[in-house]
Amino acid sequence: MDFTITKEQILLQQLYKEFTEREVKPLAAEIDEEERFPIETVEKMQKYGMMGIPIPKKYGGEGGDNLSYAMLVEELSKACATTGVVLSAHTSLCAAPIYEFGTEEQKQKYLLDLASGKKLGAFGLTEANAGTDAAGQQTKAVLDGDHYVLNGSKIFITNASHADVFIVFAMTDKSKGTRGITAFILEKEFEGFTIGKKELKLGIRGSATCELIFDNVRVPKENMLGKEGKGFGIAMKTLDGGRIGIAAQALGIAQGAIDETVQYVKERKQFGRSISKFQNTQFVLADMQTRTEAARLLVYRAAFNKDNGIPYSKEAAMAKLFAAETAMWVTTQAVQLHGGYGYTREYPVERMMRDAKITEIYEGTSEVQKMVISASML
Amino acid sequence: MKIVVCIKQVPDTNEVRLDPVTGTLIRDGVPSIINPDDKSGLEAALVLKEKYNAHVSVLTMGPPQADLALREALAMGADEAILLTDRAFAGADTWATSLTLAKALEKMEYDVIITGRQAIDGDTAQVGPEIAEHMKIPHVSYANGVDKDGDSLIIKRMFEEGYHKIKVKMPCLITALTEMNTPRYMSVGKIYDAYREKEVKVMTFEDLDIAKEEIGLKGSPTKVKKSFTKGAKTAGKLYNDLDEKEAAKVIVEKLKEKFII
Repeated sequence: MDFTITKEQILLQQLYKEFTEREVKPLAAEIDEEERFPIETVEKMQKYGMMGIPIPKKYGGEGGDNLSYAMLVEELSKACATTGVVLSAHTSLCAAPIYEFGTEEQKQKYLLDLASGKKLGAFGLTEANAGTDAAGQQTKAVLDGDHYVLNGSKIFITNASHADVFIVFAMTDKSKGTRGITAFILEKEFEGFTIGKKELKLGIRGSATCELIFDNVRVPKENMLGKEGKGFGIAMKTLDGGRIGIAAQALGIAQGAIDETVQYVKERKQFGRSISKFQNTQFVLADMQTRTEAARLLVYRAAFNKDNGIPYSKEAAMAKLFAAETAMWVTTQAVQLHGGYGYTREYPVERMMRDAKITEIYEGTSEVQKMVISASML
Repeated sequence: MKIVVCIKQVPDTNEVRLDPVTGTLIRDGVPSIINPDDKSGLEAALVLKEKYNAHVSVLTMGPPQADLALREALAMGADEAILLTDRAFAGADTWATSLTLAKALEKMEYDVIITGRQAIDGDTAQVGPEIAEHMKIPHVSYANGVDKDGDSLIIKRMFEEGYHKIKVKMPCLITALTEMNTPRYMSVGKIYDAYREKEVKVMTFEDLDIAKEEIGLKGSPTKVKKSFTKGAKTAGKLYNDLDEKEAAKVIVEKLKEKFII
């Protein structure tokens, strides 16, 4: 067994750290406060080759691995969970399925621009009445000549207002249930395709979470991703990979909260001494770091499996379940150790606590992860 | 135009902590970085590369682990990297170091040699100018700006109160200040290229025209007599708005307090 990271990853982590410290951290509070999408950061990430790390070079990516990509999501999320999820949704939920399930033409037309960061991607599966029960899709796609005509809507779509390319799921045959779902690639310019209401959220407030509305959107047949009726499998497989991204985001939030807390407890004095001298502080910090380190091993292992062609569905579910719950617990402790100041927006830990909650919900709730894990056991 | 940038891998002194018992530096687990002045020198070279299509080589003398610093330089955009490494070089002071580097540089093509002003672990600021002296080329230290003008460089050379604008004919050596620029980031793709497409060339003692006695510990005239940690000073207290009598009174009180009088 080998827990050492590669030399490439040492330099990558150095780049991620410098980039996050200088470009991401200074914006984190502002984009949260203003609920503003960090478009300038996306442009910078494009410049430094961060928008398609695990995609091969010939498709516009960097030819790297999923672990190196997860490490970037982790590092960004230490300072800003919004930036972490922008990258994760783009890479794991849009570029990755086109790479895995797309035709050569689709890769040339869409993946090149996505992986090189010229275009931003999004993924639309969830509907008002189809959350965890993803099979309850109401959006319909009807074949009409060489086009499919889409009608319906999606909600809670990350990156929606700024994305150029969308993976969208729709029912092509309601009678077949999950086998009647098909995946499509949509462009934001398609006629009849509009972005609806933007959600006002508890956390990750810079992330643009919106509704997608399809009103007789004519999607060329060649934009079908995979085969007709195979959409549900594509969605599930894509979410397996996406969970590594979200687990990495949760891991980053937890580590970011720890780093802030370590700094704070050394400075804060009560009863005539630094609160870091109190055993309660020391023991809570030890628990925070131990749980986070355990989460890190799960996340890295899931990414390692994906990189090495080893099944990773259960591992990704475990990583996401544990990292998300760790992020929630750790950030709550971080606020507690900050006391009253932790509850104010003067310190970043209150934002981190708000941001952590979503990791237990999106890309499969913690309960869904438990379904996936237990299904592999029973 | 060929530029060679000499860099040094140093412990990140921002991350170095003091051992509370012995008062010495704890170097274990401290990340290694490219010395900040050297990194700015590299950035200046890369700007010249973009502007004048210059070729940028990086050279470092150090243990095999210094490979990482060279890969970082390649990932920032340097064209080639040379690691000068040999047990025979160990223990070198600034004289032996600059002589060894000069001998390696003699084997390379260069119009401009750029070094950092000084390293954050040694703080001597001697190696750069010494290289130039060994090689008998002109040097300009404390550069805060550099541009090319025909077969010369125009350097903005800083001093306490301002700067001199100096024209120096190539080949020459300049020592760079951190203040000159903000070094660029590496990029993900260039990091992969640095390991997958490029190589770090290794030079050893065998490759240099130099005698064993002139290098390493043997070739180092500097003898370290004693190393010690500077005692911590507390911040002084400032008394404003006192007239002469009150001031004298405070001074006498303080001297008594400390049992000096």
